[in-house]
Amino acid sequence: MTQSTPVAADLFELAPDGVRLVGGRGKSDGRFVFPLPTGALADEFDRVLLGRAGRLWSWTVQRFRPKSPPYAGPPETEPFRAFAVGYVELPGELIVESRLVVDDFAALRLGLPMEAVAAPFVTGPDGSAILTYAFRPVEAAQ
Amino acid sequence: MTEVHIIGAGIHPFGRHKDKSGLDQGIHAIRAALADAGLGWNDMQFAFGGSDAAGNADAVLPRLGLTGMQFINVKNGCATGGSALLSGYWAIKSGEFDLGIAIGFDKHPPGAFNPDPEEWGLPRWYGETGLMLTTQFFGMKIQRYMGLHGITPRTLALVAEKAFANGARTDHAWRREPIDADAVLASTMVSDPLTKFMFCSPAEGGVALILASAKKARELGRAGVKVLGATVRTRVDGSFEVFSPMLDLARGPSPTEIASRAAYEMAGVGPGDIDIAQIQDTESGAEIMHMAENGFCGHGEQERLVREGVTTPAGRLPINTDGGCLACGEPIGASGLRQIFENVMQLRGQAGTRQVPKQPRIGYSQVYGAPGISAVCILGGA
Repeated sequence: MTQSTPVAADLFELAPDGVRLVGGRGKSDGRFVFPLPTGALADEFDRVLLGRAGRLWSWTVQRFRPKSPPYAGPPETEPFRAFAVGYVELPGELIVESRLVVDDFAALRLGLPMEAVAAPFVTGPDGSAILTYAFRPVEAAQ
Repeated sequence: MTEVHIIGAGIHPFGRHKDKSGLDQGIHAIRAALADAGLGWNDMQFAFGGSDAAGNADAVLPRLGLTGMQFINVKNGCATGGSALLSGYWAIKSGEFDLGIAIGFDKHPPGAFNPDPEEWGLPRWYGETGLMLTTQFFGMKIQRYMGLHGITPRTLALVAEKAFANGARTDHAWRREPIDADAVLASTMVSDPLTKFMFCSPAEGGVALILASAKKARELGRAGVKVLGATVRTRVDGSFEVFSPMLDLARGPSPTEIASRAAYEMAGVGPGDIDIAQIQDTESGAEIMHMAENGFCGHGEQERLVREGVTTPAGRLPINTDGGCLACGEPIGASGLRQIFENVMQLRGQAGTRQVPKQPRIGYSQVYGAPGISAVCILGGA
């Protein structure tokens, strides 16, 4: 089994029922935020695990390699593979931006049921997969 | 209350000018505006000038004359030009000055903008994982809008076709070749549903506008056009803006809707009174959405209006008559002033081969951009 490393600390975690994004909930107003604020704002939020399922709010496909920096995906020497990104509405919480894991871009539509997963987006210098959070259509789960 | 008139307008053509600095393009535009007004640099009591990527605007001073005038540099994201104009507007309206100039110029490197997450207060992973691209935001905003309001890709292509047709007739435009809707649809997909020819590019250019009080304009014998309303507004909670890792469930109005309403109120006119409009078209979808956000139609009506040619030069509401950002490119500091320049030319009936057939009386302009800012200006023929 290959080692894997999350792209950032405390961004998501593997809960018993699947991948959950780590968000914040405002102590004074109950507002949900993502990612969990750090630094000066940290004291104003409680750490919460966000719901793992929602519906697709919008999407697009990244068809060209983003500029590096800041992009840290596979190097320019490798052929670029287009990836989908979108917003997923988590009921009662917020709308979160995410990479989407989908075989057929044409299957994407508003309202499509989605669930959180951890997905590799690049291989690190030590050969381990660098993981980020993503959402995939629920049908793809079976 | 003192009325504010625009009595001179000058432009340096937009596009790519390899051996010419942004500053030189700004100076070209200033000289053209002064010549248009029949005035000299020494006559200017104040200047508000902006450039996003081509240095300090007040670097024009040693070149044009160190007259001791009040010169204030303006830097306000994509509304830099609109903010320079608004500052000049208030300077005259307050009664403090009666003659001055608003300046905007810029020169950006080619290709998509290359943002640094930390400059935007965002975590590094947001850029590393490939989420920090303005093109994605534009794709996702129009994707959802199309799904909710029944706008089709062909309508997006017709917006671009119109832009290039108008650009072909415009001396200051960058893209001067017509491109038809089929070719727009067939061009490389960049960020679904937007293709290469549906996007504008960063560019270069300069614009200057001479502002005068009504009294001064009369004294000089140059009525020009009147500023009926000018506003700048920023985003509120629930507005969908670029580089947002999350959005609140409760959605709110866009900065454009807020700036637009305020400008109509100030001008004492409504959307139905507007004869010609220059609205932000960073990409085809933006023009579609901004038609509704500026009050020109309901959400979804654009599909029919665009197909019927309502927004072409001969239509009921000509939009982006110089080809907009799609044909002119987007030098941030100058872009909003280009829209106003175009309305001034059209209201004076001096837009040459691109002059709209029915002489417009009221012109509307709206510039929008990062980080969620919109500037509106409504002009009336004097």
